[in-house]
Amino acid sequence: MFDVTSRFPQLPNAPGVGYKPQHFQNIMGDPGHVTWLEVHAENYMGAGGRPLAQLRLLAERFPVSVHGVGLSIGGEGPLDADHLTRLKHLVDWLNPTVFSEHLAWSSHESAFLNDLLPLPYTNDTLSRVADHIDQLQDTVGRQMMLENPSSYLAFAESTWSEPDFLREVAKRTGCGLLLDVNNVFVSATNLNYDPRSYINDYPLELVGEIHLGGHDEDTDDHGAPLLIDSHGKPVVDPVWALLDHTLSLSGPRPILIEWDNDVPEWPELDAEAERASKALEQVAA
Amino acid sequence: MSRPLKTAAIAGAVATALIAQSQSAQAGKKEKCFGVAEAGQNGCAAGPGTTCAGTSSTDYQGNAWMLVEEGTCLTIELPDTADGKMRTPSLEALDRDLPA
Amino acid sequence: MSVTQTDFRTAILDSDLNVPDGLKDAQGRPAGRRFDVYRNNVAVSLTEALQAGFPVVFKLLGTQNFKAIAGVFLRRNPPSNPMMMHYGAEFPDFLRGFEPLSHLGYLGDVADLELALRRSYHAADCETAGGDVLARIPAAQLETLRIGIAPSVEVLSSPWPIHDIWAFNQVKGAPKPRSEAQDVLVTRHEFDPEPHLLPPGGARFVAALMTGTTLGKAASETTVQVPEFDLSTVLTLLLTGNAITTATI
Repeated sequence: MFDVTSRFPQLPNAPGVGYKPQHFQNIMGDPGHVTWLEVHAENYMGAGGRPLAQLRLLAERFPVSVHGVGLSIGGEGPLDADHLTRLKHLVDWLNPTVFSEHLAWSSHESAFLNDLLPLPYTNDTLSRVADHIDQLQDTVGRQMMLENPSSYLAFAESTWSEPDFLREVAKRTGCGLLLDVNNVFVSATNLNYDPRSYINDYPLELVGEIHLGGHDEDTDDHGAPLLIDSHGKPVVDPVWALLDHTLSLSGPRPILIEWDNDVPEWPELDAEAERASKALEQVAA
Repeated sequence: MSRPLKTAAIAGAVATALIAQSQSAQAGKKEKCFGVAEAGQNGCAAGPGTTCAGTSSTDYQGNAWMLVEEGTCLTIELPDTADGKMRTPSLEALDRDLPA
Repeated sequence: MSVTQTDFRTAILDSDLNVPDGLKDAQGRPAGRRFDVYRNNVAVSLTEALQAGFPVVFKLLGTQNFKAIAGVFLRRNPPSNPMMMHYGAEFPDFLRGFEPLSHLGYLGDVADLELALRRSYHAADCETAGGDVLARIPAAQLETLRIGIAPSVEVLSSPWPIHDIWAFNQVKGAPKPRSEAQDVLVTRHEFDPEPHLLPPGGARFVAALMTGTTLGKAASETTVQVPEFDLSTVLTLLLTGNAITTATI
C-alpha cells in the first residue's frame, strides 16, 4: 500500500501532464509548471520492473491521477472480471488522488480493440453504463470520474444529448465527471454543434478534472471537417478559448495536458502547462 | 541411466563461476536498454499518424502475398542444415500448426 | 436501427465490409469515411504496438513487409485483454505458420526471444543472492543444492542462432550470425533485460533449476544429453546476471 491520497488528498487547481517515461528525469529534476501527474492504469499492471519503480518515486512527490483506458465501461457484455481485479489491485496499492475512466467501449467477446469506441446514447446504454460504474466503484471502493469521448460519427438511435446523458449517469451512480475540452471541440466540429452550448449545458459542478490535448485535421466524404483526437500536437487556440469559457463558468479546476503521440521534449510540454497555468490565473483574478 | 556428475566437477564449476563473477563485477555494471521500455503502452489517443485512411485488411491475404526486398532478413539467409545441431528439439514444444 | 458492438467490431476488423447502418454524420447521411477513423485507430495502434514489441522482427522484415504481416496478424489475433504490454504472445506461432515466410524459419524463434525480453522487463522485482550464498555451501552439499531463479529470468532454446540474429540487429558492430543452434538466457540487471548466449545444453539446465531440480541432477542430466555441457560458464552467467535468488540445501 502506497497511499498517495494521504499526502495529496486532492488534485490542485493547477496544471498536470500525462506522464511519459522519457520525461522521468525532467520531472524529478525541475517539473516547471507541472504540479501533478496522470498515468494510464494499464501501463502499471505488470508485476514489477521499471514502470512500477518509477511510479513509486513519482508518487512520493506528486499527486497522481490513475486514468483507466481499457475497462470498456460501455461494453454490451459484462465487465472483464480479471481487469476489474487488476484495477482494484493498482488502486489499492497506490491509493491515487483520483481515478477516472471513459464513456466508451473497447472490448467485445474477448477481443480488446485498443481504441475508445463510441456508444449510442439510449436508455439501454444508460442503464448498462450506470450498472458498470456501480460495479467498478464498489470494487475499487472509491468514486470515479467519467470522461466524455471524442466523436467522429453519431448513432441514429441516440435519444439523449451527451451532457444530459453524463448528468444522468452521474446522478444514478454518484460518479464525478472528467471534462475533456478538446474532445468537446472535436465532437462539436465533427457533429456540427456549438461547443460553447455543450459546455453551457454540461454539469460543471461535477467536474473534478479537465483534459486538454492536440488533434489532427481531416475531412469526411463530403469535404466537411473531421477532427481526430490524436494527442500528437499542441492544443489549438480555439480549444484554449473554449477552456477560458469553461473556467469562467466552472471556476478553477485541475487541468491536464495530454500528449501521447510524437511526444515532445520536456520544455514544449512544460510550455503547454504554463499556458494552462495562465488560463487559471485569469479566472482567479 | 545417467552417471551423476562428480561432486568435484560441480565444486570446480562453482568455484570457477565465483571467480569469473567477481572479476565481472569489478568491470562495473552494464546499463543497456533495448527499447523494451516503450513496447506496448496503453493510451487514450487515436492511433499515431492517424487519418481516416481505413487501413485495408485484404491487400496481403492469402497466397498472393510476397516479401518485398527490404529489411535485414535477406542479408542473413541461413542454410537449413549447416550444422548438426540445427534440429535440436526446442525447450518448449512449439505449436507449428498452420492457422486456418 | 440499432448498431450492435458485434456489428461494429466485425466492420472495424474487415474494411471490405460496409459501414454498419445507423451510423451517421450531423446531417443524417451515412458515416462513410468517418467510420474509417476507428478502423484506422485499431489497425495503426495495434501495428505500432507490435512494432514496438518486436523491434528485431521489424528490422528483419522491413517496414512494408512488417506492416502487411501485422495487418494480417492483428485481425486474426486482436488483443485478448487490455494489457498492451503483453500483446503479441501468439505472434511467434503466427510467424512460424505464415506460409509466405516459411523460408525464414528463424523469425518465430526471434519473436519468442523478443517476447521473453518483454516478460522479463515487466516481471516481479525480487532480492537476488550474490555469489556469497554459493561460496558458503560446502562442496559435498553442492550436488543436492536447489537454486532459486529470479522471475525476470527467461531461457530459450532454438535450432537457429537467435542470439546472434538478435545481436546483429540490436548491438552496434555485432558480427553476422553464425549458422548454429543457440540457447539464450535473459537476465535483468536492475530494470533492463539483456539476452546472453548460453553454451549448448544451457537452456535445458537452467529450465531444470527453475522447476526445482537439484544442481547435481540438473547438471548430470544435461551432460547426458549434451556431453560438452559447460557448467561453469552457465553458473557464471547466472551469477553475473543477478539471476539467483536463493540457494537451499
